[in-house]
Amino acid sequence: MMIEALIAVALIGALVTFVAPNRVAGKLAFAISLVPAALSLWMFTAFDGSGNALLDGDLAFESHLEWIQLGEYSIEWFVGLDGISLPLVVMTTILCSLAILSSWTPIDSRESQFYGLVLFIEANLIGVFSALDFFVWFIFWEAVLIPMYLLIGVWGGPDRKYAAIKFFVYTNVASLVMFGAFIALVFGLGDAVTSFAMPEIADAMVNGGVQSSVFGIDPGTFTALVFIAMFLGFAVKVPVVPFHTWLPDAHVQAPTPASVLLAGVLLKMGTYALLRFNFTMFPEQVETFAVPIAAIAVISVIYGAMLALAQTDLKRIVAYSSVSSMGYVILGLIAYTQFGVGGATFQMVSHGLISGLMFMSVGVIYNVTHTRSVEEMSGLADRMPIAVGILVAGAFGYMGLPLMSGFHGEFTIFFGAFQADFAYAPLFTALAMFGIVIVAGYLLFALQRTVFGPYHLETDYDVGRAPLHDVAPMFVLLALIIALGVAPELIFDMITNAVDPILNGGDL
Amino acid sequence: MAAYQLPQWAALAPALLLALTGLVLFLIDSISPRSTDRTLLAGTAAVGALASLAVAVWFTAAGVGTPTVDGGEGVIEIFDGQFVVDQLALYFMIVVTIVTALIVVASYDYLAGHTYQAEYYSLVVLAATGMATVAAANSLVTIFIALELTSLPSYALVAILKDNRGSVEAGLKYFLIGALSSAIFVYGISLVYGATGVLQLDSIAEVIADGGADGFGGLLGLGILMLLGGIAFKTASVPFHFWAPEAYEGAPAPISAFLSSASKAAGFVIAFRVFNVAFPLGEIGNVIGFDWTVAFVVLAIVTMTVGNFAAATQENVKRMLAYSSIGHAGYALIGLAGLSADGGELVMGAALMHLLVYGFMNTGAFLFVALAEHWGVGRTFEDYNGLSSQAPVACGAMAVFLFSLAGIPPFGGFFSKYFLFTGALQAATANTAMLAVAAALVVNSALSLYYYSRLVKALWIEDPPATRDRLGQPTGLYAAIVVAAVMTIVILPGFGPVAEAATGAAEALVN
Repeated sequence: MMIEALIAVALIGALVTFVAPNRVAGKLAFAISLVPAALSLWMFTAFDGSGNALLDGDLAFESHLEWIQLGEYSIEWFVGLDGISLPLVVMTTILCSLAILSSWTPIDSRESQFYGLVLFIEANLIGVFSALDFFVWFIFWEAVLIPMYLLIGVWGGPDRKYAAIKFFVYTNVASLVMFGAFIALVFGLGDAVTSFAMPEIADAMVNGGVQSSVFGIDPGTFTALVFIAMFLGFAVKVPVVPFHTWLPDAHVQAPTPASVLLAGVLLKMGTYALLRFNFTMFPEQVETFAVPIAAIAVISVIYGAMLALAQTDLKRIVAYSSVSSMGYVILGLIAYTQFGVGGATFQMVSHGLISGLMFMSVGVIYNVTHTRSVEEMSGLADRMPIAVGILVAGAFGYMGLPLMSGFHGEFTIFFGAFQADFAYAPLFTALAMFGIVIVAGYLLFALQRTVFGPYHLETDYDVGRAPLHDVAPMFVLLALIIALGVAPELIFDMITNAVDPILNGGDL
Repeated sequence: MAAYQLPQWAALAPALLLALTGLVLFLIDSISPRSTDRTLLAGTAAVGALASLAVAVWFTAAGVGTPTVDGGEGVIEIFDGQFVVDQLALYFMIVVTIVTALIVVASYDYLAGHTYQAEYYSLVVLAATGMATVAAANSLVTIFIALELTSLPSYALVAILKDNRGSVEAGLKYFLIGALSSAIFVYGISLVYGATGVLQLDSIAEVIADGGADGFGGLLGLGILMLLGGIAFKTASVPFHFWAPEAYEGAPAPISAFLSSASKAAGFVIAFRVFNVAFPLGEIGNVIGFDWTVAFVVLAIVTMTVGNFAAATQENVKRMLAYSSIGHAGYALIGLAGLSADGGELVMGAALMHLLVYGFMNTGAFLFVALAEHWGVGRTFEDYNGLSSQAPVACGAMAVFLFSLAGIPPFGGFFSKYFLFTGALQAATANTAMLAVAAALVVNSALSLYYYSRLVKALWIEDPPATRDRLGQPTGLYAAIVVAAVMTIVILPGFGPVAEAATGAAEALVN
């Protein structure tokens, strides 16, 4: 019942916040969000699961409830956590609390609605990472869209309307593609499945797969088509090049806290779903399509980094760098080795923390300077040493500085990808590693121009120190990043424990 | 238990209660003509609708109409089988009475200051009586009579704003097309009668099965096509959908809600019952040479596509909703398109579920338009700009309706569309034409998101115009909208019983 408690607290909190007066909404929402954060931390310490949730693992905090009987298919409320989803849930609850704290300064209209929506997103995000019935999972997956659409559309920047619609349409169309493919797959499996429970479907896929032809398509082709459709559906969410164009618009226009959640958690929905569906249920197809997917990953890494290099808007730089980082995650997944997939999962958490930190510090700078243009400011370190210090630390985390979580994530991904079985794996890995050079290039270049050198600001705002509630969440994130960098085994052990069955279940 | 010690005709209680309410309203009107006691009139109508709803729900829960093999009290046949109270009938009575109750409550404010109060409410309740009777009618004659009982008050209701050109014009158009389609429908009945010699639905099936209609295949086929035409009118499906945007736009908004939700559902119950009971697949194919599912496959695809594409180009919110309701008729037609000789209760049940959920979300959306008309803010998307800053509750509810209509989780509309899609894909394993239907469903859902979210955008994201008067909070309209919104959401955890009732009704019908 712990997962239900998390979701319920966030949902009820969302309702309470909706009707609360604007002036207390921020504090109220923060207080409420501390409950799921604390609960999830407790769950982290009390975690007793092992193995992979989809492949006969022992789930922690599992619960079932009969829901709908639809013909011969049963749908049930089915949630549970394994070593892959638990770290993501903890990251979600912590990031949501911190995002709420970081919105106190920038959000100054319709606060109760804003914080209500953030809590509503939190509830759905927890649901996405814990649901193990496809139907339940899909509800949470799609329900994230509406509040995010409103967060961008109502509280966003000047181009918010365009960005919100683009975000909504891109991700929703992608979901429909994925959804259609998956339902077709369930029918294709025939009598082997009698429910939409993901473990049952995974089991049927791994032990037998689609046996007879479906809709007149032979089983092999059909499975491959489903794999491709689902990959495309999730690829938009991740996003990988060439489906990334919604991302910079959405990130740049979104208010800071929404960017934090977008980059920190929403992108992870895509990679998490890829891991859960494509990379767990289709071991053979993963092998077949390894080279094209690795190519997509490498292109995302390099092209995303090049795009970031070309930007002059700090937020855009961080946004494009996410495309590049997600490319690493895909590379780790397609490597299909323990270090590759484990490292990719670790990188999901690590990137969530680091990109959250980056967006927060850019937000704090924007709060006081009212500009994000690299060209309009320099020498900020002089005026706001703490906030800028954290920005620099975050940038180093992004570059993969040892003893920060980014290092462990990227190192294990590369390590795993070098060992991968598909053709030219070392070449792809080497190319992707070159991306780190570009990352360092654009981040250092941007930092050099904005925070160092003589103080100069084109806008005439009085730059003072950021208030504690702006700086505190960044310190927390930095502490987590360093903690995971120094002691990655905190989560890496449970991740590899959950990842191993995937690889053993496949042909590799 | 009490339910089945009552006389047999008591099984029609939901319809009878509605008829009684209509008569009581007439009585009130004759005692105090031109009464404008809105509380009394709307209250009476609402109590009648709710009582009827309660009885229908109670019957369903008590197992009235459920076949005895499923642990129920058995299907009840009345007047030698002219009427039949089964799960399907009760299910649609529930849909109709829910919509009626919502409409009546909302009309309390909408009709403030209107002259024909008592007439309005009694017409609404009588039309609802017709719809509830349609649900139980089991012979082509009773179906036609009940259908006319539905249609005639509807014509008057559309035109009830007598000083409003749009309303009167819409009423006339609706009447003319309605009269034409009734004529076609009744001609279709006569042809079917000519071919089979009977009017009761199960007898028709028997005659066909015994080979009594052999040699009249062409006649029977033509009759079926004509029946299909009458149904297409009632459900606002292609090719008889032209009246819908005009009538919905001109009619008072609560009546638009009534027509597009309840009246459409009544059309569908005819379609479901007539085609399943009287013309069972397989046997009918041998006589007339083709399976009628082909016709429904085409109709479903064309209807949903026409509705959605037309909706996407509208500037007027009510017209957009009217076309979207045509699109949703296309979705519900999938229920018939997906049938096959050996089953299809999944897709049929999904269509039933969709009509119930649609009863909440579509009614709610039209009632929001009624609210906007009450406020007098205007009719186009732009006129709705920024309403959320002044009326967040109603706009929140409207966002729920629109997202639900678009089929976005976590709202009710997602469920029924999901099941329709699932059902269509399952049917596609037997009939590959259903793949096209499933694909059309997905494409249209994606497209519909465009125009629904456009309205959400207008309400929530656009800035309000500088000058807009304070907006009132009419109790009745607000209550109806909020209830509809809450139901659209609450149906999510409670979908188990709904799915059970719908698939039960579909199973009894298909097999």
